[in-house]
Amino acid sequence: MHIFRNANFDFLRYRWHAIALSWIIIIAGAVTLWTKGIPLGIEFAGGTAVIVEFNQPTAVQQVRSALDKSFPGGGENLVVQTYGDPAKRQMMIRVPHVGAEKGGSLSQTKQQVVDALTKGGVGGFTEKATQIVGPAVGEELRSKGLAATVLSLIGILIYLAFRFQFSFGVGAVVATIHDLLITLAFLAFFRFDMSLNVIAAILTMTGYSTNDTIVIFDRIRENLRGMRRDSMDHIINASVNQTLSRTIITAGTALLTALALFLFGGEVLHGFAFTMMVGIITGTYSSIFIAAATVSFWKGSAPTRAGAHAPATAAAASQQPQRKQKPQRKARAS
Amino acid sequence: MSNLRWKVITILSVLVLFFGLGVYPIMASRYHLPAPGWLMDKQLKLGLDLKGGVHLVLRVETDDALRLVTEQEMERLRDELKTRNIPVVNMDAPDAVHFKVDGVPPAQDAAFRTAANEVQANFDRGSGINGSYTFTMKPNIQVNLRDEAVVQARQTIERRVNELGVAEPSIAQQGADQILVQLPGVTEVERAKGIIGSPGLLELKIVEGSPSPSKEALMVNGQLPQGMDIVPGAGGAGDTSTVYYLVKKVAAVTGQDLRNARASVDENNRPAVSFTLSNEGGRKFGKVSGENIGRQLAIILDGRVQSAPVLESKINTEGRITGSFTPEEVQNLSLILRSGALPAKLDYLEEQTIGPSLGADSIRSGVTASVVGLLMVTVFMLIYYKLSGVNAVVALLFNLVILLGLMAYVGAVMTLPGIAGFVLTMGIGVDSNVLIFERIKEELEAQRGVRASINAGFSRVFWTLVDTHISALISAAFLFQFGTGPIRGFAVTLFFGLASNLFTSLFVSKTLYDAALSGRHQVATLSI
Repeated sequence: MHIFRNANFDFLRYRWHAIALSWIIIIAGAVTLWTKGIPLGIEFAGGTAVIVEFNQPTAVQQVRSALDKSFPGGGENLVVQTYGDPAKRQMMIRVPHVGAEKGGSLSQTKQQVVDALTKGGVGGFTEKATQIVGPAVGEELRSKGLAATVLSLIGILIYLAFRFQFSFGVGAVVATIHDLLITLAFLAFFRFDMSLNVIAAILTMTGYSTNDTIVIFDRIRENLRGMRRDSMDHIINASVNQTLSRTIITAGTALLTALALFLFGGEVLHGFAFTMMVGIITGTYSSIFIAAATVSFWKGSAPTRAGAHAPATAAAASQQPQRKQKPQRKARAS
Repeated sequence: MSNLRWKVITILSVLVLFFGLGVYPIMASRYHLPAPGWLMDKQLKLGLDLKGGVHLVLRVETDDALRLVTEQEMERLRDELKTRNIPVVNMDAPDAVHFKVDGVPPAQDAAFRTAANEVQANFDRGSGINGSYTFTMKPNIQVNLRDEAVVQARQTIERRVNELGVAEPSIAQQGADQILVQLPGVTEVERAKGIIGSPGLLELKIVEGSPSPSKEALMVNGQLPQGMDIVPGAGGAGDTSTVYYLVKKVAAVTGQDLRNARASVDENNRPAVSFTLSNEGGRKFGKVSGENIGRQLAIILDGRVQSAPVLESKINTEGRITGSFTPEEVQNLSLILRSGALPAKLDYLEEQTIGPSLGADSIRSGVTASVVGLLMVTVFMLIYYKLSGVNAVVALLFNLVILLGLMAYVGAVMTLPGIAGFVLTMGIGVDSNVLIFERIKEELEAQRGVRASINAGFSRVFWTLVDTHISALISAAFLFQFGTGPIRGFAVTLFFGLASNLFTSLFVSKTLYDAALSGRHQVATLSI
């Protein structure tokens, strides 16, 4: 069975369209973030979250008005939302602040929420879970999360620059940054909280996107050795096409698992699975349109013999197919 | 052929080993199969988010420990100066690591320096200008004391948690001054928090003046007498008004001299805590109590006088703390005293409670999502790659078993994000097979033989796979470095998943092909 038999699309021809589309999404995302801010999860923002399960079906509006009435200082800063399957009658109430860090009264705010619900007459309920994060922890995690993302990008750049030529490293990192920005934009459009799980998904997605890029780059490197008479653009196009089936199938299986997590993984994994899905799609798109195009920009589209500088791999060196071993001629441009 | 046999033997033994480590204990505990105890101990553990329980992050206020040492040293110097008859105007500790001495008479400057040299091994002495000296704790001593305070706090918390009787608690230092406490299955959060965070500092001090209802009445010229302290407390039995006691700053006996503490009742049958001092503490206490018969002894707990009975005779090792306690408070208090005092105050930075039913929900949804995701991938691979798809699915199952076994072996904790990482590893892991199969297809189209195509397919993608896996390992490593709790579980899953994926896709899949094609001379077609 084949998805593409002898695929021969001119991907580089559409690179300007692709770049324009990406910029539109990124700018729209930036504007959304600028105007509405990044909704931070409780781990990063700090605050108090209580998950309660009501004995009777209860509307969000009822809980809201109970809190408006009885929570100290009113309920307008509080977020009330259904948690998970509505049939479970669970709700999450989030308050942006906590009790004092000093003196062991961190959970004071949580108690206020519980008291307000009891007083507000919303019927019987049980506390299912609470999460209280003081400002110190949130601050620490914010800086660590950023550091982890940046460091892992630098690590990948160094590894790729070492294994490939520098331009390939740049291409992979540009593509990865592109995926990061697109993912952030989609998180902003759909108002998902930036939580630890989402950061984990972003880092995983970074790995996935680089994987995808590397597979194409590996093929470009191999073809650079075999197709010396051809222009760089031709080689890139050929490489993308040759790996296209694999790219699509892998994206498909990865997407299937992420989709299963999104549909069945429950509330906790919602943001995680969403980020993964966006990441897989944009990762695939960027490997095809952005990463290779960056290499083409960087190296120019002239015919090239640069492939000779690439580190010889055991596989490629020993098993060049017949058609690729024609007598070498000088590249036209030289 | 014997080469192939060895490969198959290697693969099967790896499979049996990891199956035994990872999968069998889960089956055994579910279906009550026989299994040795050490194996069950190694079983994959569930994280707090799946099991339910309490997760606390505490910060040790290490400044407290430094302040205590600074004040003690200052008092030692004060005593030393007294014995040498060197009068000073004022001694004061403005912060945790400094203390100041003012008004050393110029004539006795040299004598003061000698006295100071004797006592202040841990402090640097500033140059004395106009008879004023500032002592600063040496930096290495500061570092040591801070480290010690955190370790001591951790040990104290461990003892308290053990006394609480929590199964499989986890108490670990995190960063320089934080302690992570995880108590699976605990639902009485407030009690656990109260017991863990209570300072538990017991001090016995002789009351120097008669108790007074106001602080000011105990002061001399509006100032605290040197070396003294004013401590609030209850007036007496049934009296709720606050009374102040003037006591020496340094305690005669502290909780460190305690050997045991237990719940009991006083002469009026009210709940009380009885304690027994160690031999050393008993000797000190006997001396102090013998010298002060007829005076009041303040029993101070966490900076509050609980009671101040009059000493009627010399007391050696037995004592009792009375006050207005409930029976439950007495239970908690004796537990806290038995486990020793915390060296410093604790701040709660983070607190998380997960109800057991919520954890069970998470397991259910995590497992459902995994099964659905894996089934979809399996079905797809079988349809698209036909018999070769079977190869991929076998490799996937191997990957699953090896990953479970590896995680059990290293004692990794399975969290909900960990489960997600698990499924994703499998979903993305088939990529290796896809890569190989697509390459084989290409080679087949180039009219090469089946065996040659398979060999070329595997050898050509070898370096691609190495590159993709290493760059993914880089991300996983940073994730582990940065993550806490559940995220670490996720990073560990990813890490081992990548490692076992390399093994299954390159070695297991290839051997499967070899085994399938062995014994056939002419292979014309490949189901792929």
